[in-house]
Amino acid sequence: MTTAVAVRDASDEPVPERGARAAAAGVARAVLRNRKATLGLLLLVVITVIAAVPSLLAPGDPKAAIYDQQVGPSLAHLLGTTQVGEDVFTQLIWGTRLTLVITVAVGVLVTAVSVLIGVTAAYVGGATDGALSLLTDVFLIIPTLPLLIVLSTYLEGSGTIAIIAVLTATGWAFSARQLRAQGLALRTRDFLEAARARGERRRYIIVAEILPNMLSLIVASFLGSATYTVATAAGLQFLGLGNSNDITWGTMLHYAQQNGALESGNPWWALAPGAAVAVLGTTFALLNYAFDEITNPALRPVRRGRPAA
Amino acid sequence: MSFVVRRVGLFLVTLWAALTLNFLIPRLMPGDEATAVLAQFHGVNPAALHALEVEFGGTAGQNPLVAYVEYLGNVLTGQFGLTATRTPVIDVILQGLPWTLGLVGVTTVLAFVLGTVVGMVGAWRRGGWLDGLLSPLLFILTTFPVFFIALVLLYVMGVAWHWFPISSNYSLGSTPAPTLAFVWDVLAHAILPGATLVITTAGTWIFTMRNTMVTTLAEDYVRMARAKGLPSWRIMVDYAARNAILPNLTGFAMQLGFVLGGSILVEYTFSYPGLGYLFFTGTTNHDLPLQQALFLFYTLAVLVCVLLADLATAWLDPRTRGA
Amino acid sequence: MAVPLLDVRDLSVAYLSEAGDVGAVDHVDLTVEAGEFVALVGESGCGKSTLVFAIARLLAPPAEQTGGTITFRGEDLVHLRGEALRHLRWRDYSVVMQSAMNALNPMKSLEAQFGDAMRAHEHVSRSAIRQRTVEVLRLVGIDPVHRQSYPHQLSGGMRQRAMIAMALLFSPSLILMDEPTSALDVVAQRSLMGQITQLQRELGFAVVFVTHDMSLVSHYSDRLVVMYAGQVVEAAPTATLFGRPLHPYSRGLFDAFPSIRGPRTRLTGIPGSPPDLRRPPAGCRFHPRCPVVMEACRTEAPQLADQDGTLVRCLRYPGSAAT
Repeated sequence: MTTAVAVRDASDEPVPERGARAAAAGVARAVLRNRKATLGLLLLVVITVIAAVPSLLAPGDPKAAIYDQQVGPSLAHLLGTTQVGEDVFTQLIWGTRLTLVITVAVGVLVTAVSVLIGVTAAYVGGATDGALSLLTDVFLIIPTLPLLIVLSTYLEGSGTIAIIAVLTATGWAFSARQLRAQGLALRTRDFLEAARARGERRRYIIVAEILPNMLSLIVASFLGSATYTVATAAGLQFLGLGNSNDITWGTMLHYAQQNGALESGNPWWALAPGAAVAVLGTTFALLNYAFDEITNPALRPVRRGRPAA
Repeated sequence: MSFVVRRVGLFLVTLWAALTLNFLIPRLMPGDEATAVLAQFHGVNPAALHALEVEFGGTAGQNPLVAYVEYLGNVLTGQFGLTATRTPVIDVILQGLPWTLGLVGVTTVLAFVLGTVVGMVGAWRRGGWLDGLLSPLLFILTTFPVFFIALVLLYVMGVAWHWFPISSNYSLGSTPAPTLAFVWDVLAHAILPGATLVITTAGTWIFTMRNTMVTTLAEDYVRMARAKGLPSWRIMVDYAARNAILPNLTGFAMQLGFVLGGSILVEYTFSYPGLGYLFFTGTTNHDLPLQQALFLFYTLAVLVCVLLADLATAWLDPRTRGA
Repeated sequence: MAVPLLDVRDLSVAYLSEAGDVGAVDHVDLTVEAGEFVALVGESGCGKSTLVFAIARLLAPPAEQTGGTITFRGEDLVHLRGEALRHLRWRDYSVVMQSAMNALNPMKSLEAQFGDAMRAHEHVSRSAIRQRTVEVLRLVGIDPVHRQSYPHQLSGGMRQRAMIAMALLFSPSLILMDEPTSALDVVAQRSLMGQITQLQRELGFAVVFVTHDMSLVSHYSDRLVVMYAGQVVEAAPTATLFGRPLHPYSRGLFDAFPSIRGPRTRLTGIPGSPPDLRRPPAGCRFHPRCPVVMEACRTEAPQLADQDGTLVRCLRYPGSAAT
């Protein structure tokens, strides 16, 4: 009698379990060789440090409304002051933390929700898949910002948690669809049949067999969600729908715009937080592209020889 | 045929979902915003007030299912209730609609054309100077948030260089008239918001077009076209671009939701009185009837575009047409 | 002796990459006389398709010709560019690819694609296009009613014949065919081969036919050229090569095909696999798999030498050793 052996199909993508140390070294090498990855990682580290210890760069109190009101940049106030006399530079530095926290929190939550929905739909199949896919499609088409505005207006004054909640509720659909697609592709692979033949429970199969193979897509989802969240959260706050007592780059933008910063001599009050948002968004985008290029060699830049006739 | 049926079905389901969301949100959200809305109005325009009650759940003891049906009927007849300033919501929306339609409509078409051409040429000369310039440029443009680009344009071209006006859709004090001067005025006011939208919309499209073109250019039938001795431009347009655009048409339409969101921020930045600006004023006034109606309009716009793109794709691709 | 139709000398093609250039074709000579049927045979990856695309000037980055000359009808083909090259394409030589499903534009009807080729070279009216389309379709045995059909509406065999019809539009003197039968079942294969040779007799064009299936072409070809690891290892008139294969690789190929007649012998394959062309083996490229390998084979690279009308690259034969 022959024994059935679970064999990973040799023609598949690389088997996920190499030696952990070898894998880590490979990752490090790939990151250093890819310019986008190095730059993105550098920026992320810098921003995280600023978020963690803002007092290093800006020892003052961001909410101290003690300075001259709405003046332009000077040596004392690198980016000028707000309309009630707070130092803009201090606000920018201190605002990093909350901005980053919101971004990462939403990124993680969106990834979790989309993995839950996407993988369940792919693996359970049938009517559940139909229903979940329909739900995903609906949320995919419904325009995000208008829905966000409606929801946020109801929740105005409810704080940061509310913003995180509504951003998650509107942002999960895109990743869910991608994860479902990959889940479907993995579903028919032999190693899953083998697991089923061994008698493993469905939950075990999903967690221990499917998820590790989807790791790269999950990471990509997180990076993509983070990129999207940075701009969308800031956009919401820009419109005035954030928690007005919080200091984030988005709320700074709102007050700057409301007080005509661009026209009245202190444009940096608006341009600085705007640029900061752009940089944070670019950081995550860089990491996203780099991650794509590292995991998919087909996307790497091509060397061009003489053009053919 | 089943493809068309499925897409129309999705259209209807999503529309229904949006309507239902609008109905459920006031009832499910914590806090008493909904009742606060209703508390603003006393004895004004009973029909509109009743419509609001139906939508926001005011009348105590009313069967929610009955309310739901009535709400749907109201929507279909354009009865959205009143804004915070006591004007019918539908009137306010119709006022701002043409401005947003013009701004977003024109910029989308421009972005589509620009994006297609640039993406096409960039992919054709892959590795050439245009492609080398494109990648970092596009990267920046597609990752920078819309409002940042708007602010930069506003400051640099509006304030610092005084090239264009920076707010509103035409100069204060002028009265709309079909004169050349007025048209010129409108255009001048639309340039900065328009440019912002074109830049951000075209960015993603160039990216998509270029990547799809690169894949298409590697196809055997493109090589065959070269073998047959077709001139380069002919191959680029007729064999590559045509085959590359079609699968992305629906994607472009789906992107529209994102573009509309961006247009809200752009209109706010430039105080451009379209629907997006109304969204913002609705926020300051806690004008939920207006906002919820706007949400429906925006959703409908995206749905219609997606459906049109789907139908166009089905019709233009000989593999789904007929047979 | 007449000038050969196609004269390829010392042609080398490489795939450039950052990880090291891969030499796909290594100093290959190939001559084709007018009306001749030359079969190019070898394993996957031996460079035969690359060779043919290089001859047709259809290489695309990262593939590049790194040396050698291609003379067509006495004219240097390598340095032809732009309009001059485009002028020659399809009129003087045409190409048939492996998969018609990929080589035919899925979005255009047959007549449209045929028309494209015609209009690329001369001013033709719609009726002239229609007429010629009907003519060539009849030549390959396709009912002309299919001229308006799209590729996905035809069967596999019909599609391949449609490609051949397209190749005949200008009655070229040379048709390069890259495994045109590989995607078909055995019956369709034979039918197509019969069609090709019949057309060849009628119209008098020369054929370079790339295949991995030696038994397929043996009944139809005038000459056989065997390639291995980017080099020509044996070339001779078909009957000669079949009767007396000299190179150990050719012998191995023959032994791998069963014969319907004759005694039942054990089938032997060729153990091992083709070498990595980034770092081909020293000496003779076949030596790691050769059943009759000698010491010298590991270090000395053999040249092509004439053995009574057969060109063979093997140290076992006089003249192969480099002087």
